[in-house]
Amino acid sequence: MADRAQPIGPGGVAGIAAAVAIPFLILLTTGAIVWVSESGAGLAPSDWAAIRFTLSQAALSALFSVVLAVPVARALARQRFPGRGVLVTLLGAPFLLPVIVAVFGLLAVFGRAGIVNAALSFVGLPEVSIYGLHGVVLAHVFFNLPLATRLILQGWQDIPAERYRLAASLGMTARAVNRHLERPMLWQVLPGAALVIFVLCTTSFAVALILGGGPRATTVELAIYQALRFEFDLTRAAFLSLIQLGMTAALALLAYRLVRNTGFDPGLDRRVMRWDGGKGILPYLDGVLIAAVTVFLLLPILAVVFRGAPEIAGLPSQVWASALRSVVVALVSTVLVTVLALTMALAVVRLGRHGGWVETAGLLAVAASPLVLGTGLFVLIHPWANPEGLALPVTILVNAVVTLPFALRAIVPAYRAVEADFGRLADSLGMTGWVRLRLVVLPRLRRPLGFSAGLAAALSMGDLGVIALFADPDAATLPLQIYRLMGSYRMDEASGAAVLLLGLSFALFWVFDRGARGAEV
Amino acid sequence: MTLTREGFQLRANCAVMGPGITAVIGPSGGGKSTLLSLIGGFEFPDEGAVFWGDQDLRPLAPGDRPVAVLFQDNNLFPHLDVLTNVALGASPLARPSDVARTRAGEALALVGLTGYETRLPGALSGGQQSRAALARILLTDRAVVLMDEAFSALGPALRVEMLGLVAELLSERTVLMVTHDPEDARRVAGQTIFVEAGKVHPPAPTDALFADPQKALSDYLA
Repeated sequence: MADRAQPIGPGGVAGIAAAVAIPFLILLTTGAIVWVSESGAGLAPSDWAAIRFTLSQAALSALFSVVLAVPVARALARQRFPGRGVLVTLLGAPFLLPVIVAVFGLLAVFGRAGIVNAALSFVGLPEVSIYGLHGVVLAHVFFNLPLATRLILQGWQDIPAERYRLAASLGMTARAVNRHLERPMLWQVLPGAALVIFVLCTTSFAVALILGGGPRATTVELAIYQALRFEFDLTRAAFLSLIQLGMTAALALLAYRLVRNTGFDPGLDRRVMRWDGGKGILPYLDGVLIAAVTVFLLLPILAVVFRGAPEIAGLPSQVWASALRSVVVALVSTVLVTVLALTMALAVVRLGRHGGWVETAGLLAVAASPLVLGTGLFVLIHPWANPEGLALPVTILVNAVVTLPFALRAIVPAYRAVEADFGRLADSLGMTGWVRLRLVVLPRLRRPLGFSAGLAAALSMGDLGVIALFADPDAATLPLQIYRLMGSYRMDEASGAAVLLLGLSFALFWVFDRGARGAEV
Repeated sequence: MTLTREGFQLRANCAVMGPGITAVIGPSGGGKSTLLSLIGGFEFPDEGAVFWGDQDLRPLAPGDRPVAVLFQDNNLFPHLDVLTNVALGASPLARPSDVARTRAGEALALVGLTGYETRLPGALSGGQQSRAALARILLTDRAVVLMDEAFSALGPALRVEMLGLVAELLSERTVLMVTHDPEDARRVAGQTIFVEAGKVHPPAPTDALFADPQKALSDYLA
C-alpha cells in the first residue's frame, strides 16, 4: 500500500494508551477475581439457582420483548399519523431512563397499591404481585420492548421502497407482503434483536435488586452484591463474577457479530411509501396496538411524575446533596469517556488499516458488566484502602468504561468520514495537530460527540450498580439515595427524588445532544 | 517512478516545465488522479521519486510540499465561513491571523466574491464555491497547483469562466489540470500529458498533440 502513513501525534498516542489501558483494566480486575476465587469450593445450590434464574428471566424477557415488538414495529412501519415521529423518539427514551425510576413507575402501576391492583379489586378480582420472576420480566419488557421495536423498525425501513411499489403494482395482499417482503427481513433481524436483549437482561442488577431477591428470584449480579455487601464473602463474590463474566463475554461477542445496527440510527422517521396499510381493519388494529404500547410506556413515567413532582420542593437536604454528587459523577464520567473515545478514534483513523484493534479494545467493555468490574476493583482496592472512600472515583471510572463502546460506535465512523471527506484538503493545507482537531474534526463531530456525551451522562446519572457495591453512607448518589428511601418506606420522598433523577438525566442528555446540534452548522 | 496498487500500475517518467498550465487527459481509470496524488504527497511511489527542481519531495508531507490542490469536491470546510476558508491558505492556524484574513479579503475580491466573506459554503452556488477555493489557492505560497477535475461539476459556461480565471490568476505558477474535456486543454493548456492504462506520456504542446494524435489518443478523442 502506498498511502502515506499519517503521523500519530500526541492525541493518537493517548488513544493508543487508552486502548491498551482498557483491556488491561478488564484483565486486571478479572485477574484479581480469578486470584481470589481460586480457593472457591465450586457452585453452591443457590449459585446454580442464580444462574438458572438469570438465564431464564433473560430468555423470557427477550422472547416477550421481541414477540410483542414485531406487530408494533409493523404498525409503525405501515401507518402514518401525527406524532409518529415523537413516538419513535419516545421509543429511544427508556434507554436513558434511570432503572430505579422506571421500576418506581412500574410499582405505581402494577405494585400492591398500584393502578392495576386498584382496578382488579374494584371488579372483585384477586390482586397480582409484581415481585418475583414476572415482575423482573415485566420491567425488562418495559425497557426492551422499545429497543426491540426500534431494531425491527430499522429492518422494515431497510426494505427498499421499490419493493413495496412492486408489491402494490402486483396487487399483493397484506399477507403476501408479509410472506415475500417482511418475513425474510424478520428472520435476519429477530435473532440479533433477541440476543441483544438477552445479553442486556443477563447483566440486569437494579431491576432484580428491587423486584427480585430471595432464593427464587436472584440473578448472578444480585448474588455478587449480596455476597459482598451482606456476607462479605469475597471468594464467593469473585467466583460468581467469573461466571457472570464468562456468560456476558460469550454472549456479547455473539451479539457483536450478529447485530448490524443499534437501533440508534437516524432515519427511523424516514417516509417510506406503503400501499398495504390502509385496507379493511388493518389501520384500526395498528392504531390499537400503537395506543396500547404508548400507554404501557407512558403510564409508569406519568405515574412517577404525578406522584413525585409535588414532593420535590420538600425533599430533604441529603437528597439534594446526592443529586449534586450524581451530576458531578455524571459530568466527570462524561468528560472522561469523551476524551477516551475521541483520542481512540483519532488513533483508529491515524493508524489506518492497522487501527482496528484500538476500536476493538474499546468495545471489549461490552463484555464487562459494571458489577463485575466493580467487584474486581473492590478486590484490588480492599487490601490497601477502604473501598467506601473510593466509591465515587470507582463509579466514575466504571461508568466511563462501560459507556465507551456506545461513544466509540458513534464517533469512530463519523471521524473516519471527516478524514475521508476533508483529510486530503487538510493535509494539503498543512493542518495538523490541534489546528486540524479544532478547525476540521471537532466541528464535524459535534453531533456524534454531543449524542455520545448525552448518552454517557444520562447512563451515568441513573447508574445503580457499582455505587451499590462501594456504597458509602455519606456519599450516596441519587439512585442509591432513592433505593435507600424506598427501603425505609419513605415513598413520598422517594417519588420526589425519582422525578428529580428523571429530570436531571433527561436534562443532561438534552443539554449535550441538543447543545451540540444547536451549535452545528 | 512507478506505483503498483491492486493490480494497477502507474509508470511515469517525465518533466513538466513551468510556469503555465499543463492539461492531464486520458480515459477513466488510466491513472490521471493517481499521478496527481503522487505529486501532492497523498500516495508514495514504490520506485523512483518526485522532484521539484533539485528537491526530492518524497520526505515531505502534503502540507510541506510546494503544491496546492483543488480537489474535485470537498474543497471548502462547510462549517467555516468563506473568509476563514480562504485565509487558511495563508495561515493554517486554529485562528488565522489578521494579515491572512485581510489577504483573504483581497483574494476574494480578485475572484469576484466581495461581500460573501461571512457566508457558509453551503449558501454559495457551485461556481461561487469554486471561486472561493481558487481564492484560497491564490493565498498559498505554493509554486505548483494541482487541479483534479476541479470544475467538472460546473456547467459548460461556468467551467469556461473558471478556466479563464485560472489562466489569468495562476499565470505565474505551474498548474497541472486533470480534465476529461479536450476542449479545456485546447482552451488554456500550453502543453498536455496523455495518460492511458497506467502509462504517463511526456508532455507535448497541446496543439501539436491534438493535430497529430497517436493511436491511443486518437481513440480516446474519438
